[in-house]
Amino acid sequence: MNVIFYIASIIAILATIMVITGRNAIHSLLFLIVSLLAIGVVFFTLGAPFMAALEVIIYAGAIMVLFVFVIMMLNLGKAYEKMEESWFSYKAWLGPGILCIILLGELIYVFTVTKGSGRQLTVISPQEVGMTLFGPYILGVELAAMLLMTGIIGAYHIGRRKQKEYHRLLQKEEEPA
Amino acid sequence: MNPIWAHILTLVLVLLVMVTIAAGLIYVERRMLAVWQDRLGPNRVGPFGLLQVMADMIKIFFKEDWIPKFADKRVFVLAPMIVMISILMTFAVIPFTPLISVVNLNIGLLFFLAMSSLGAYSIVLAGWASNNKYSLLGAIRGSAQMLSYEVFMGLSLMGVVVMAGSFNLHDIVMAQNKVWYFIPQIVGFVVFFIAGIAETHRLPFDIPEAESELVAGYHSEYSGMKFGMFFVGEYLGITLISALIVTLYFGGWRGPHFLPPVIWFLIKMFVFILIFILMRASLPRPRYDQLMSYGWKILLPLSLLNLLITGACVLYFK
Repeated sequence: MNVIFYIASIIAILATIMVITGRNAIHSLLFLIVSLLAIGVVFFTLGAPFMAALEVIIYAGAIMVLFVFVIMMLNLGKAYEKMEESWFSYKAWLGPGILCIILLGELIYVFTVTKGSGRQLTVISPQEVGMTLFGPYILGVELAAMLLMTGIIGAYHIGRRKQKEYHRLLQKEEEPA
Repeated sequence: MNPIWAHILTLVLVLLVMVTIAAGLIYVERRMLAVWQDRLGPNRVGPFGLLQVMADMIKIFFKEDWIPKFADKRVFVLAPMIVMISILMTFAVIPFTPLISVVNLNIGLLFFLAMSSLGAYSIVLAGWASNNKYSLLGAIRGSAQMLSYEVFMGLSLMGVVVMAGSFNLHDIVMAQNKVWYFIPQIVGFVVFFIAGIAETHRLPFDIPEAESELVAGYHSEYSGMKFGMFFVGEYLGITLISALIVTLYFGGWRGPHFLPPVIWFLIKMFVFILIFILMRASLPRPRYDQLMSYGWKILLPLSLLNLLITGACVLYFK
């Protein structure tokens, strides 16, 4: 399982880098999907199969399809890729890149110095996840449900069909001459 | 035999049998449609026209595999692979008999839902990469249809999960030793069946590829073996949904002892495949808004109600 964990995490990191450096929006999204799938595998190897399945169903399967949908409707062409290329200049990413590398070095140093307490892998079954969610964390679940409900009502309100208004030419026709 | 080799053998066997069944369905569908429509159907190539599949396959292999100049090549090639991979992966969790199954996964049913939601990408990407308005329209219809029908599909399955107390398909089959779940879960079964037709975008829900409006929908630009993959993918989808219906609602490999379990499984599976084909032969295509409102206004409340009542009954009788 250890080897699978490392392979999946490397794929996740590489795919995420490709998301950031990609110029074509759809190709970047495809890499993001790969990254999410790899994270799903990471969850699975860490003993959380339920989380892994939800990661794939909700993030990779539902939310990302909507992203692809929107980008598909925008119909970005070659001109947009050129524009993206001009934005992605050395000046833009060199500074943040160096800072991130310093942080990464620190992170690796901290991980190598502090000895981990030894991973104790326990596989969490879906039942246990449900018991925890609807036991100690019931408040969070309820709040999330309310938030989603407000989202649905808001979306319905925005997307509702407007009251029928006649075209001004038609209105004139209806009036007695 | 070495358990690893046995495992690989099972895997290859399941893969081969499923792809062969899916390819054979092309012939079965044409013959059965002909029977129900009082025609003859393909009966010239070989005995009873059985070699028609071979002829079709040879033809499709030798066709020019053309990628349009205006298409996004990489995504164009990727799209038909996704449909095959996502469907074939799901066969891994299906218990054909107590012994023949590729993996005994404790989240088997969720794995199916995950793979079917990934299958939506093949349509979206095929439509987008083709760079053609009919393909794009087909892709938009298809992805909206798959996204919304996935919701009820998942919810309708939860009734079975509540009754069996597990996502594991082996456990679900084992839990049906007294009564097959289509009796207590008849509402869930009907919703799942309808959602399954929509997921495989078969008639009457073949709106993404409605040939009278959209040329061939999302795969208008595909030819040769890439088209073949979409084509066989559709039949694989039918086989998969039928196999899942059998596993979840009709006792899987269970049956009287005079036949081995795998035969029972295949018999039940073929009954549902034939029902799929009969639906195609007999039902007209609804309008797009009818499809959507039917799903969200009828199937969604129905599956939620089913889940609620099932949960209450399970708690009450425990």
